[in-house]
Amino acid sequence: MKLALALVALCVALFALSLVTGHAGAPALRSLAALVADDGTPLSIVMREIRLPRALLAAMVGASLGLSGAALQGYLRNPLAEPGLIGVSGAAALGAVLAIQSGLALQFSLALPLAALGMAVLAVLLILALAGPRGGSITLILAGIAISALAGALTSLVLNLSPNPFAAADIVFWTMGSLADRSFTHLWLALPFMAAGWAMLAGLGRGLDMLTLGEDAAQAMGTDLVRLRLLLILGTAASVGAATAVAGAIGFVGLVVPHLLRPLVGARPSALLWASALGGAAMVLAADIAVRVLLPERDLKLGVLMALVGAPLFLHLIYRTRREMP
Amino acid sequence: MSLLSLDRLTVRRGGRAAVDGVSLTVNPGECIGLIGPNGAGKTTLMRAALGLLPATGHSSLAAMPRAARARTAAWMPQSRDIAWPVTVETVVALGRLPQMPRHGRLRPADRAAVEAALARMELTGLRDRIATRLSGGEQARVLIARALAQDTPLLMADEPIAGLDPAHQIATMQVFAGLAREGRAVIVSLHDLGLAARHCSRLLLMQDGRLVADAPPDRVLAPANVEKVFGITAFYGSTPQGPVFQPIEVVR
Repeated sequence: MKLALALVALCVALFALSLVTGHAGAPALRSLAALVADDGTPLSIVMREIRLPRALLAAMVGASLGLSGAALQGYLRNPLAEPGLIGVSGAAALGAVLAIQSGLALQFSLALPLAALGMAVLAVLLILALAGPRGGSITLILAGIAISALAGALTSLVLNLSPNPFAAADIVFWTMGSLADRSFTHLWLALPFMAAGWAMLAGLGRGLDMLTLGEDAAQAMGTDLVRLRLLLILGTAASVGAATAVAGAIGFVGLVVPHLLRPLVGARPSALLWASALGGAAMVLAADIAVRVLLPERDLKLGVLMALVGAPLFLHLIYRTRREMP
Repeated sequence: MSLLSLDRLTVRRGGRAAVDGVSLTVNPGECIGLIGPNGAGKTTLMRAALGLLPATGHSSLAAMPRAARARTAAWMPQSRDIAWPVTVETVVALGRLPQMPRHGRLRPADRAAVEAALARMELTGLRDRIATRLSGGEQARVLIARALAQDTPLLMADEPIAGLDPAHQIATMQVFAGLAREGRAVIVSLHDLGLAARHCSRLLLMQDGRLVADAPPDRVLAPANVEKVFGITAFYGSTPQGPVFQPIEVVR
């Protein structure tokens, strides 16, 4: 309970901080006032059309990554699982890359996220066909690796054959992940998918708790493993596919956040679900503030910063885990 | 009213029958030992009876809806999985999930069942320890307690006492016999025929997927059966301290 309050408070504080961070350089209180009441100044437009969707998207993307990371780790009973594992983010990235390369992304602004979502859906269908409705966790991992590899190879091929250096540069920057210049259009596009994904994943707690004792015991305790796995794949695909479609590939959140919070919830997979959703939101909000504060003149990419911070943090966690081993 | 009835239950695996036409009935008050050499089909029989494996023939448990089955039979698999570093009490409380409403918290009755299970397996002192840091034998006792907390009329356990020290092996078998005296039924697979002879009211002897004997211990452990199925000679006698079974040597 205390942890829930602390995480909510952290999210709210970071959300407010994210709203008052940016180029416009207006005092914090005036910015917030301009957000609440439209005073007809450009500040109101900046707050409402640029900073609010950006902060909301950061929280939504973070919650999606944290929640699906916790759910996947719980299902696979492996702390190294992360949302990218089932290949959806790789496929979404491929869709975006195709949209940039083909020039569709320049025709209308939603072409990129729509292409990314379309590819994510295709990846899910492929995963379900490959891993089968009854397959175990190993077939799911292998199918995910295969799809990630294929999507990665096709992305490289597009870059390789790209006749247009500007498009190639666009692609490279896009794959680094960012929340800059996202609008409410992006938010409304992503929200239905994310909300559906959250709803599917949030209901898995009981089954994931039972899975602590292994697949056999969980089934004998009444868990429908086929249904659980289907909801897990669809929920992860919907939320992470939408997150990748609007923000690009952002790694480490789904891996590090559940790992970080696990000791604080007594390691129960059901409690880790909501905790990781809040923790993921806080982490992406914080990182998105940092990219604006650290190098305000340069466009530091969110995914780059996340990997720079996440990788050493993960190394530290591994070191700590190793010390605790007998 | 029987707790489990199997009718010609058969599991085919790669062309051979791992379980071959097993029929039996389990009634309240029975403590049943499931014995047989490695690969005889003990685990497969129990998993198929629970509906965890596709099988032909009929199992009353496998025919039940999932939720009802989880309130009728508790299952302790042979692999002792505890995936996360949770406390002993948390593991045992997982056994209450099938009895609890969705999204519910532990009610007083659930807490009482967890306490009773912890006390029965002498785990009260370990309740706040992290289960994954306990010894293998202690983890086995935690998982038995988890199955006890499920508080079902039927308990099925796959080699629950393997790896326990002698005192806890005997104590665990006494817990199972006690459950049977309360009017529940227990099916436990084990390799220690001496403990099976002393604590079970009925033994099921399996060989090559078939049920070759189903009777009280003194009849199932007759020299002919033991030699034919296990390939050993053994001493079996009634003593003032109860029945004693001691394997002697391998028959060539």
